[in-house]
Amino acid sequence: MRDFVSARARAIPPSGIRKFFDIAQTMEDVISLGVGEPDFVTPWCVCEASIYSIEQGSTAYTSNKGTPQLRGAISRYLDTRFRTRYDAEDEIIVTCGVSEAADIAIRAVTDPGDEVLVAEPCYVSYTPCVSLAGGVPVPVRCRADDEFRLTADALAESITRKTKALIANFPNNPTGGVMQEADWRAIADLLVDHDLLLISDEVYGELTYDGDHFSPARLPELRERTITLNGFSKAFAMTGWRIGYLCAPPEITAAALKIHQYVALCAPVMGQIAAYEALRIGEAEKDAMVREYRLRRNLFVDGLNKLGLACHLPKGAFYAFPSVESTGMTDTEFAESLLREQHVAVVPGSVLGPSGAGHVRCAYAVSRDDLKEAISRIGAFLDSVK
Amino acid sequence: MDEKDRILLHLLEENCRTPEKELAVLAEMSEQDVHNRIGRLEATGAIRRYGAVVDWEQAGNGNVAAVIELKVSPERDFGYDRIAERIARFPQVRSLRLMTGAYDLQLLVAGPSMHEIARFVSEQIAPMDRIRETATHIIMKTYKENGTTFAEREGVERLPYSF
Repeated sequence: MRDFVSARARAIPPSGIRKFFDIAQTMEDVISLGVGEPDFVTPWCVCEASIYSIEQGSTAYTSNKGTPQLRGAISRYLDTRFRTRYDAEDEIIVTCGVSEAADIAIRAVTDPGDEVLVAEPCYVSYTPCVSLAGGVPVPVRCRADDEFRLTADALAESITRKTKALIANFPNNPTGGVMQEADWRAIADLLVDHDLLLISDEVYGELTYDGDHFSPARLPELRERTITLNGFSKAFAMTGWRIGYLCAPPEITAAALKIHQYVALCAPVMGQIAAYEALRIGEAEKDAMVREYRLRRNLFVDGLNKLGLACHLPKGAFYAFPSVESTGMTDTEFAESLLREQHVAVVPGSVLGPSGAGHVRCAYAVSRDDLKEAISRIGAFLDSVK
Repeated sequence: MDEKDRILLHLLEENCRTPEKELAVLAEMSEQDVHNRIGRLEATGAIRRYGAVVDWEQAGNGNVAAVIELKVSPERDFGYDRIAERIARFPQVRSLRLMTGAYDLQLLVAGPSMHEIARFVSEQIAPMDRIRETATHIIMKTYKENGTTFAEREGVERLPYSF
């Protein structure tokens, strides 16, 4: 029999944390800081509205690009919250989470051989999605010294004649780094000079703790060359509902919509109804969750630094990204030993791109009591390896 | 009250035993600042008391509690305040509020038995001047108290890792 697996599928590297999964499965009392999702349950007002709609028989397909109500609500929300304007009719597609939005955005703009720059360290899906689309992913390094911002210098070094686009995720998973207006202006000049597209994943935009999130599409020169991705998973604790969205100028949106309608048809209707409710009445609960993340961040990062694991104060998302270099271990050794010996799960930074090496990702989306326990276990671990 | 005070009040309301050192880290201020602010909030009466949310049923206490609605004729010049003040003095009255709607005052009363509560209402409250009508509702079960849910919900297991 032939090997039926395609060369492209075969070329995708397997997940770097498979073995961690297997170790964690054998333990009863793991404190997992490895989970990139809120520990909160979706606000009840949102769940209740969706349950009611199911009872009313709302279980069918929706328009490919999402219900008009939800697209309208997203359009108004983006305008009031981040001051970006997208037309609900031809510039917004509701997708099955931001994961799908990233995939169709990449496929809508990537031709074989195109180089797509990926600001690293980052979420694991961008690079394989670029490869699957026939493009060539090129990492651009964001450094701890720059508080994990993307700098124009780093970007300029990686641009070639073949470069088509840049994928960036700020506030960033895994570093918690954010980009302010001035940071984006420096990047915008390069993107315009080299006629590049920006794919901006802003799913952590609501989780910004010092000052407001700056959406790069606010800059007029970027608006026409930006695909903005966002979703409900992180801000509204709605990971399982699978609702994200893609916003772009009409031509790009139309191209992405063709792919979306063939691969997903539409996002789940229950999730769309829930998402609409989240925007309509979920703001207070969202704000309460964001306040709680900020408290947790303060507690956890303070604890890490007191233990001697250098960690900048992340300004967004819900990740701390401490350096483990002082221990003399690699990030993978550190994460594996910590899990085995103290039953605390963290993600080795190198899994999230080569520039994540030497760091571990700790999601502080767990209760403050668990964070305190995690700090004390990490402390015991550090003592044991001295 | 500013934003920092608000954060402190929320943290203390959630757990008043949180050490000042931890409050300082959480609220991004110095320990001295935390100490001073709490002192001021206590002095101004914004913080009335530090207490625990007790599930008496779980603790094995056989007390019963009742919500009592009172229709009251207000007094010229004083409205409901004087009568409310008289009622509030009874230690059995755990909380007392003036309400809009079909009745005026709402009491939460606790006592060792249903009989005791009935006697308290009929002998102490009902005969007071200006009380026109009483209605006593015995509390059968408490599901949530001061923001704390008593029944444990089973949590859903999350994956140990996700991106």
